[in-house]
Amino acid sequence: MHGLFNRAIQTFLRDTYGVAAWDAIAARAGIAADGFETMLLYDDAATEAVLAAASRHLSRAREELLEDLGNYLVSHPGLVRLRRLLRFGGVSYADFLHSLDELPARARLAVRDLDLPELELTEAGEGRFTLVSRGAFPGCGHVAVGVLRAMADDYGALVLLEHEGVDAGGEERIAIQLLDSRFAAARPFALVAAGG
Amino acid sequence: MDGTAAAPPALALAPAALGRLMPMHLVLDAGGAIRGAGPTIARILPADAVPGRSFFELFDIRRPRRVASVADLGETTGQRLHLQLAAPPHTPMRGLAVPLDCGGVLLNLSFGITVAEAVRRHDLTGSDFAATDLTVEFLYLVEANSAVLDELHDLTARLQSARMAAEEQAMTDTLTGLRNRRAMDSALARSAGSGRPFALMHVDLDWFKQVNDTFGHAAGDHVLQEVALILLQETRQGDTVARVGGDEFVVILPGVTRPAQVERIARRILSRLAQPIRWNGRDCRVSASIGYSLSVDYPQAEPDRLLSDADLALYASKHAGRGQITAYRPPDGRSAGPGAAGA
Repeated sequence: MHGLFNRAIQTFLRDTYGVAAWDAIAARAGIAADGFETMLLYDDAATEAVLAAASRHLSRAREELLEDLGNYLVSHPGLVRLRRLLRFGGVSYADFLHSLDELPARARLAVRDLDLPELELTEAGEGRFTLVSRGAFPGCGHVAVGVLRAMADDYGALVLLEHEGVDAGGEERIAIQLLDSRFAAARPFALVAAGG
Repeated sequence: MDGTAAAPPALALAPAALGRLMPMHLVLDAGGAIRGAGPTIARILPADAVPGRSFFELFDIRRPRRVASVADLGETTGQRLHLQLAAPPHTPMRGLAVPLDCGGVLLNLSFGITVAEAVRRHDLTGSDFAATDLTVEFLYLVEANSAVLDELHDLTARLQSARMAAEEQAMTDTLTGLRNRRAMDSALARSAGSGRPFALMHVDLDWFKQVNDTFGHAAGDHVLQEVALILLQETRQGDTVARVGGDEFVVILPGVTRPAQVERIARRILSRLAQPIRWNGRDCRVSASIGYSLSVDYPQAEPDRLLSDADLALYASKHAGRGQITAYRPPDGRSAGPGAAGA
């Protein structure tokens, strides 16, 4: 797994549950407390070990943790850059949803060896969409749900999101209903960051 | 027209459609007045520019030279135009002009490589660019690149400090915190290579084995740590103090050329060591023998030579009854002889 992802899990656990919790989880997972570096690659087993240890230590389901992680990635003030990069996907939430198909290609433009799940959006009309997520790792659809929820806040859109489970082939389906694309004021987004 | 189905129709586009395709286009009449403008360039130009103001008043054309009229623009035939806003902030743009039947031109504009600056200055958003335009992707890439670069900078900084810590560890004697043999070797090589004079002092503890045998290794370790402290306190900031063996120390004293300078320091060390070192309520008594060499005694300062000569002088001190300070005497006899100092 890419270090960017592992590092994200680490900072999410540390910022949300505290340094002591992270240290305990790292020890339980058998990794050093310094954890992961963003620009290195790690064995997938290390990621799974951290997720399993966090789930046991915090008594929380793996799926819940992954969704919270997705939410954290977009809404935590320290990670404003990721939120900005996602906002480049479109001028409205619907635009953003349609840009998800090309998200893996966008990610690879920035970091060549970063593998995001293949995402495929189908539109069923009346604001209803289905997002199919394939690959990266089991449960990445839950991260996607967290990201989509937080991005809806960012765009000021009102949405209902539901993870509809995994099929035998490992495809995860997410049902999206866009109720109101201008529900609340969007968080401001300038194409070029201040001072950039 | 010969009537074949393959010939594309001549296009007549409504201004709104043209604006969606090319949000930065301008339509100029034969006299150079702006008759129409895409929504994005209209936002950038002064409010009274569209319609009616003269294009050549609002823009400076930098290349090609001598384009001063609409007729000139019509003749640029596919060439890239380099222009900028005549008024501050003088935003640079590039353009392409095609002549129109009415005698005017259609001019499409874009920002060049300075697009990020232009977008910030003019406060543009994603919807100010055509859906086919890659400007937003370009800005995304610029930002993603700088985010990745920052990560790499942070990673490099962490690796650098880890490397420095590892180097420091590799150069440090873990028991005393003094430099180790390896660090002494490289400091000595540096001193010899610098061409500046220095003195090399070899210090060997007397009676240390007895302390170890009588009180045990923990006492011995404590004594070595206390001796290390004394050596540091009695030398100068820029001197190198290293533990190079069990109870052997080497001190490199840059800038020292005269025996009297070395011996003053050596005597201070010996007098400090004359005080017993307390350990668990017991008095541990050690002393030291010292030999030294001076780089100014050699035509060329060779580290191995100075080290072995300081060693010879040290053994002379040992033979002379311990607690002694001896200078290495080169064959031509220029250096001072043994100077005794009571322990």
